[in-house]
Amino acid sequence: MLNSVGLSFMLLLSAVGAAIVERVGYDYSKYHPMPEITSWMTQMEKDYPGVVSIVDYGKSYEGRTISLLKIGLNTGEKKKAIWMDCGIHAREWIAPAFCQYFVSQILQSYKTDTIMEQMMKDMDFYVTPVLNVDGYIYSWKDNTTRLWRKNRSPGPPGCDCYGTDLNRNFEANWGTIGVSFDCCSQTYCGTKPKSEPETQSVMNFLASRKDDFLCFLTIHSYSQLLLIPFGHPDFTATNYDELMTVGLGASDAIRKVHGMEYAVGTSPAILYPNSGSSRDWARMQGIPLSYTFELRDNGTFGFELPEDQIKPTCEEAYSGALHIITYAHDKTFNGAVVTAAATLWTVLLAVGVTGANLI
Amino acid sequence: MFPLWLRLYLSRDKSRTLRPKSLRVWKPIPAQHRSFCSHFLHYFLSHCPQNEVFSEEEGAEDVMATGELNPNHYPAQRAAKVVQHYLTTRYGSPYRLFGLQRVHSGNAEDVGDSGRKYQLEIAVHEIISNTTQKCSAEVFFPHGQKQESPQVQASCEELLNISTKAQEEALYQQYKMNQTLISAQNLPDSHGHIEPDTKPLWHLGIVASSFIMLKESNENTLYNMAQVANITQLATENDQLKFDCHTLLHDMVSQEILHWKLLFTWSPAEGVKVLQMEQLPHCHHCEKPPNTN
Repeated sequence: MLNSVGLSFMLLLSAVGAAIVERVGYDYSKYHPMPEITSWMTQMEKDYPGVVSIVDYGKSYEGRTISLLKIGLNTGEKKKAIWMDCGIHAREWIAPAFCQYFVSQILQSYKTDTIMEQMMKDMDFYVTPVLNVDGYIYSWKDNTTRLWRKNRSPGPPGCDCYGTDLNRNFEANWGTIGVSFDCCSQTYCGTKPKSEPETQSVMNFLASRKDDFLCFLTIHSYSQLLLIPFGHPDFTATNYDELMTVGLGASDAIRKVHGMEYAVGTSPAILYPNSGSSRDWARMQGIPLSYTFELRDNGTFGFELPEDQIKPTCEEAYSGALHIITYAHDKTFNGAVVTAAATLWTVLLAVGVTGANLI
Repeated sequence: MFPLWLRLYLSRDKSRTLRPKSLRVWKPIPAQHRSFCSHFLHYFLSHCPQNEVFSEEEGAEDVMATGELNPNHYPAQRAAKVVQHYLTTRYGSPYRLFGLQRVHSGNAEDVGDSGRKYQLEIAVHEIISNTTQKCSAEVFFPHGQKQESPQVQASCEELLNISTKAQEEALYQQYKMNQTLISAQNLPDSHGHIEPDTKPLWHLGIVASSFIMLKESNENTLYNMAQVANITQLATENDQLKFDCHTLLHDMVSQEILHWKLLFTWSPAEGVKVLQMEQLPHCHHCEKPPNTN
């Protein structure tokens, strides 16, 4: 009898032990403060060894590390890549929430979805969950700081205000339109292009790798838009048609999820002109598919999107992003094969016709 | 189904390079002028009107678009947002709020030097009942030296069809009988949350704020609510509930957060009436980190 009691007790202990050891799942339907996002990144690297690695690629003004998750199935070769960054504007909390969701989704789906598995083999995903770390942390401080937008560098000498708008600080027609030189303004573009350490981090990281990147997606809120380069009304991207077509395809994909409308166009057409944006800079580096995502909503809640809308917003945005990423991948990896086949058939037909004429 | 690369290859524009160009005005291609390739694109692109392919017309001298407007572009969108604010001031209540669902079509013309008139067909969303309806509206933006509020005329199908009388009356009586005057802060809070019993206060704050957003709007602004920082009930006067409110407005174009203080009244019979409104200067030095020694 003692043996059976002992056995039951052992079974009970192991069950309890298993329950404690089993990790509590990360809640992707909640907004997370920076320390939680940082430990989530560490956890992702632990949970997916060889697939996920943290790359520290810069420092914020206040000295915090700016990190990204590099995700891909390691083939040992130099790979093509996809860039995604979130939280360049501190108050746009839905954006970092989306980056975290995106990471969890691709890691979940590649095990069962052969298309995603192939994409992970062919490309690496570089995802920065929070680019403007200082600003994001500041926006969590209290009720009066929630609507902070810029970074936290002090203004130029004599200035009473803090912060530069990082999305006006990139070296892309810097300081020409849609900016303010008033350091207290929300669109203050800085003392010069690339003046901010956060901007430098991105520009320095991508500059040496720009030929690898197929796609640059920068995530913002709100307005429900997909914006294509360029922010300056006098400049058109050489692949404007492609950007529009792929963007419209992404918008269709978004609509299919929850019926939400995301308009597509250049910033000067559908929103306002601007200069010095990361999207424009990326396009100028030659990264062909460069998009700004403006997520939900349309102004009812604005920056303070309720947490019950996080999941649906992420689901639709994921669909849109995946459309663009899949296009970029297929164009690079399958497109060549199709073009070659078409050329071969054309040549064969030409030979066949010429041959018939000769006879 | 033709692969995307083939469609794009056929419709590629070989003439465009990264070069400065005159400002383009986008107009829809009439069906009879569409090339084979753009028919292609039309067929495969979405059926929804706003995804129609628009052609470009070179040489538009006007910086501001005139004539038929692209409903997705900012001039029509900004004018339509003004209609939303107007409808909210006229018909808004704790149980009736409006959002802009979609712009179907728009037209703009200069009225001499005095200003610019927009004619719009829009879909308006009543948020609380989750119903949508069509409206025709006209917005006139005066071009004076200083900010003048736009003038709006709108006619909607059946805007007041859903009766909110009973709920409004119940709320009115409840607040009128309050032993302690009700107040609330941070609507919504940082996480987008609003306590159910403070929702009517949030809605009242939105209606009252719409008076400011309407008054302050012009062709270079796009206002939305950011937050009701504080709303406090004051003693009832002349059967009107009275409120003091500190509201935060977001202007999309400048990205600024504007602070306003409002004194307003409400009753089911009279709706919201603003008694006083005052813009508050924003405290910049409050944003500096405290000195650490």
